[in-house]
Amino acid sequence: MASLVTKKSVLFAKFVKNASNNSKRLSSHFIYFPDNEKPVQGETTKMNMMQAINNAMDITLKNDPTAVLFGEDVGFGGVFRCALGLQEKYGKDRVFNTPLCEQGIAGFGIGLATAGATAIAEIQFADYIFPAFDQLVNEAAKARYRSGGMFPCGALTVRAPSGAVGHGGLYHSQSPEAFFAHAPGLRVVVPRGPIAAKGLLLSCIRERDPCIFLEPKILYRSATEEVPVEDYTLPLGKAQVLREGDAATLIGWGTQVHVLLEVAQMAEEKLGIKCDVIDLQSILPWDEETVCNSVKKTGRCLISHEAPLTSGFGAELAATIQDECFLHLEAPISRVTGWDAPFPHVFEPFYLPDKWRCFHALSQLINY
Amino acid sequence: MALKTGASFVRINALRHAVRLMSTNTRPEAVQNGVKIAEFPGVKAPYVTEIKFLNENSYDPIPIYRVLDNNGEVIDNKEEPNIDKDNLVHMYKTMVQLNQMDKILYESQRQGRISFYMTNYGEEGIHIGTAAALSPKDLVFTQYREVGMFLYRGVTVTELINQCYGNHEDPGKGRQMPVHYGNERLNLVTISSPLATQMPQAVGAAYALKRTPDNDRCVVCFFGDGAASEGDAHAAFNFAATLECPVILFCRNNGYAISTPTNEQYRGDGIGARGPALGLHTLRVDGTDTLAVYSAVRRARHLAVGSNKPVLIEAMCYRVGHHSTSDDSSAYRPVEEIQKWTKEESPLQKFKLYLEQKGLWDADADKSWQKEARDTVLRTMQEAEKKKRPNWREMLEDVYHDMPPRIHKQMQEMEQHLKKYSEHYPLDQYES
Ligand SMILES: Cc1ncc(C[n+]2csc(CCOP(=O)(O)OP(=O)(O)O)c2C)c(N)n1
Repeated sequence: MASLVTKKSVLFAKFVKNASNNSKRLSSHFIYFPDNEKPVQGETTKMNMMQAINNAMDITLKNDPTAVLFGEDVGFGGVFRCALGLQEKYGKDRVFNTPLCEQGIAGFGIGLATAGATAIAEIQFADYIFPAFDQLVNEAAKARYRSGGMFPCGALTVRAPSGAVGHGGLYHSQSPEAFFAHAPGLRVVVPRGPIAAKGLLLSCIRERDPCIFLEPKILYRSATEEVPVEDYTLPLGKAQVLREGDAATLIGWGTQVHVLLEVAQMAEEKLGIKCDVIDLQSILPWDEETVCNSVKKTGRCLISHEAPLTSGFGAELAATIQDECFLHLEAPISRVTGWDAPFPHVFEPFYLPDKWRCFHALSQLINY
Repeated sequence: MALKTGASFVRINALRHAVRLMSTNTRPEAVQNGVKIAEFPGVKAPYVTEIKFLNENSYDPIPIYRVLDNNGEVIDNKEEPNIDKDNLVHMYKTMVQLNQMDKILYESQRQGRISFYMTNYGEEGIHIGTAAALSPKDLVFTQYREVGMFLYRGVTVTELINQCYGNHEDPGKGRQMPVHYGNERLNLVTISSPLATQMPQAVGAAYALKRTPDNDRCVVCFFGDGAASEGDAHAAFNFAATLECPVILFCRNNGYAISTPTNEQYRGDGIGARGPALGLHTLRVDGTDTLAVYSAVRRARHLAVGSNKPVLIEAMCYRVGHHSTSDDSSAYRPVEEIQKWTKEESPLQKFKLYLEQKGLWDADADKSWQKEARDTVLRTMQEAEKKKRPNWREMLEDVYHDMPPRIHKQMQEMEQHLKKYSEHYPLDQYES
């Protein structure tokens, strides 16, 4: 498993476009580690994450005649171009613009799913998902339960671009996974790159529970992998161990996985230790088994996410880990996260749980 | 919104008249001119015995008020507003200043100097016409494409550019993306990206003003044709009407919400048609005609401040620029469409012609002011670029009025971290 990822040490041109004195600010805060293990054999094509997501939706629209894809500006491909070309291919009645209304988009999607269609809804930015919070948390999440299983809306998948992008400020940077992780009935999934995105999105679309699929938007163009062309799925509710070691367990999801992979590499070079790096992938329900087995082995755990510390999903992980692994722990569980403030524009380099903050926390964890 | 004058509608009009004449007692039904009028708590309306669905074609479209024609000539002399000459010139100069700022800041984003920008091309007349018609005390909630409102009120180019750079002189302390301006002194509430959230807030603010003794202020709230689809927009209309708030809800209908054209955004007669339906005084105006916007807002203000009547104004215009620097509109609209609106319907051009006809402006004056406006922006940008960003600690200030211990602890943690790892952070770009 240790060979699952390789380091690709290019800084992404798109994010270092800034003139000299700004380059530090807009430069990407991580190095992308592409997957080099394929979930299935067969033909592959080089795809970035946007293309991989496009490919998953293309496969769905081709094979499932009930499937529709919709949201703000989705007709021309969406502002991140994930639906590019799909309206031309499948027609305006299957891939379409909605009015500008997130609660409408979510409610409409629940309705589609209730009546037997497969609904793929796009929310333009995860920061703008909150008008849909009621539909998702009170309706989608509880539909199966309250109807005794008669009216689930499992065929609903809500996609939303999330996370830091270098210059997004308060409302183009948030990672709202923890809000939805508090709603039993929902599935919440975050991919770390193209291969994962395709497989996990196809699983979400076919899953019999409503899913929220948060796509780290900084990866859309900058993350490229050899993605299998054929249809494949990756299991929901399962974490992936990307790198193995015995000194500590590093847990993240989305972009942060790449920060942690670099931190693990730094730890090996500078501290001479090896760490498990786990991509949680599914935030709700999450893979307790993989996480706890790893922590029982290493005795030390560091959790990192971009969202603020207080009530971030790391809190839930830490509480469960201390419950399950108490006698194995050699040090308190460490959380390195965004600070308890809104996501700021020019202070992003200080706000993010970057590799130096994670590395420092890991050093302390090891020396506890 | 006049009912179409087909035979069947004449009849409905007659019935309406009857309803209006009805007494207020609570009989379940009344009879007027032989027609039975129902008095349900929810609606007072005549009974009929024929099924007739109403649709968007049942009514004539709301007409568009204008003062100037495309050549900048006043169409009906008695409609020419009485604005003093200095102010007319100031209005035009502000529009030019805005236009030059847009051109240069847009380019500066392309060069990577600022991270984002949105232009206001084609909508300058809306900002300036509205700003000139208001009292400076009126509280304004903007969406983001109304920076002319800020300039007219006296926010300096320097203050605006500092915001775009997020330097330490940005009143918003570098926390928001560019174009999220705000100015407390000039009653301009700070812009927030989530669409339409400002709308019910504006109505609440108007209610607070209404309750102030001897109130002489109103609230103005701008929003786009796209934002009007949000649930918050409906809430705002409904609250404004039922709670009788002194608010002007001002829709800039520029034809697009990013790539989504209005025919995929709504059906029916625009945003304006929702006004009468929800009990708002409503007016549709040519948003490319600065004088028409001015008169519309003046009259609306009179209704709002004078008698707590909420008003909906729908200003028709065209978003000439791309949605923002993140957008390329050639992907969803033909270039010819843009050209028509740039050439024939330019608010700047119309207003300039009007001033020229009045002998208040000429080509020479225009040339030198265009240059001065441009130089102001360039000079300001150079200065803004030199200014450092705020101290990084501003990141954790203002989350609460008083910093709670938990955030204080996080601040100390970061201080310690930066001591040890300073070379990995761009500290030299921030105030210390
Ligand atoms: C709640 C919310 N959803 C989506 C967005 C993303 N977004 C920003 S501007 C915009 C279009 C707004 O169009 P409109 O209201 O017509 O104003 P215009 O840009 O045309 O001036 C969208 C969809 C947002 N800012 N907030």
